[in-house]
Amino acid sequence: MIWELDFALLLLMIICAIAAVTVRDLLYATVILSAYSLIMAVIWSEMNAVDVAFTEAAVGAGITTVLFIAAIARTGRRSSD
Amino acid sequence: MKENVVIRTISRFLVPFIQVYALYVIVHGALGAGGGFQGGVVFAASFILMIIAFDLPYVRQRFNYKWIVICSVLGVTIYATIGLLCLIPSGNYLEYGAIEAALGIPHLHGYLIDAVEVGIGITVMAAMTSIIYDISNKGGESS
Repeated sequence: MIWELDFALLLLMIICAIAAVTVRDLLYATVILSAYSLIMAVIWSEMNAVDVAFTEAAVGAGITTVLFIAAIARTGRRSSD
Repeated sequence: MKENVVIRTISRFLVPFIQVYALYVIVHGALGAGGGFQGGVVFAASFILMIIAFDLPYVRQRFNYKWIVICSVLGVTIYATIGLLCLIPSGNYLEYGAIEAALGIPHLHGYLIDAVEVGIGITVMAAMTSIIYDISNKGGESS
């Protein structure tokens, strides 16, 4: 484990998490959430948990993004609040 | 987007490789990273790519709801059958070593693990494809 790489990835992940919550457009939020999931997969594989990283990359960054985008295409793109 | 030749050609070229990779992940899951769930999800991702590149009815007439029900029941049946077969030589549920010791065939538990992983993969693939079909349905024609 490299200390600096871990710190940078965790910082980037926190920035992505805060941005996904605060952004107004739901499509942007979905893309930022996909980037968050990809960074999470890199962190898992960097902590030698390859199985969890594979699941995170397949489900979190792949299937969930497609489901969210399909749901946005069926409903509205703008957040109401 | 429906007439885009590049997307259709690339996805038609790419889908068999994704499916072979999914089968590799399922079979190789006992030794390294991967397993039935991840392989099933990767296999369902190939159907998502086909739905994006082609239309939903084109994919649905190849793999319709009858086959989804058949596949999801078949996977659970494979899993439960192998799990219950381990009870016959007085083992626990999914204790492959009991069958291997009773029949005397070497490396049988590896094949049983692979069969259980294939069952999990079939069920996960059918369930994920069903979710994608339901959520990308435009309404109107149902089931």
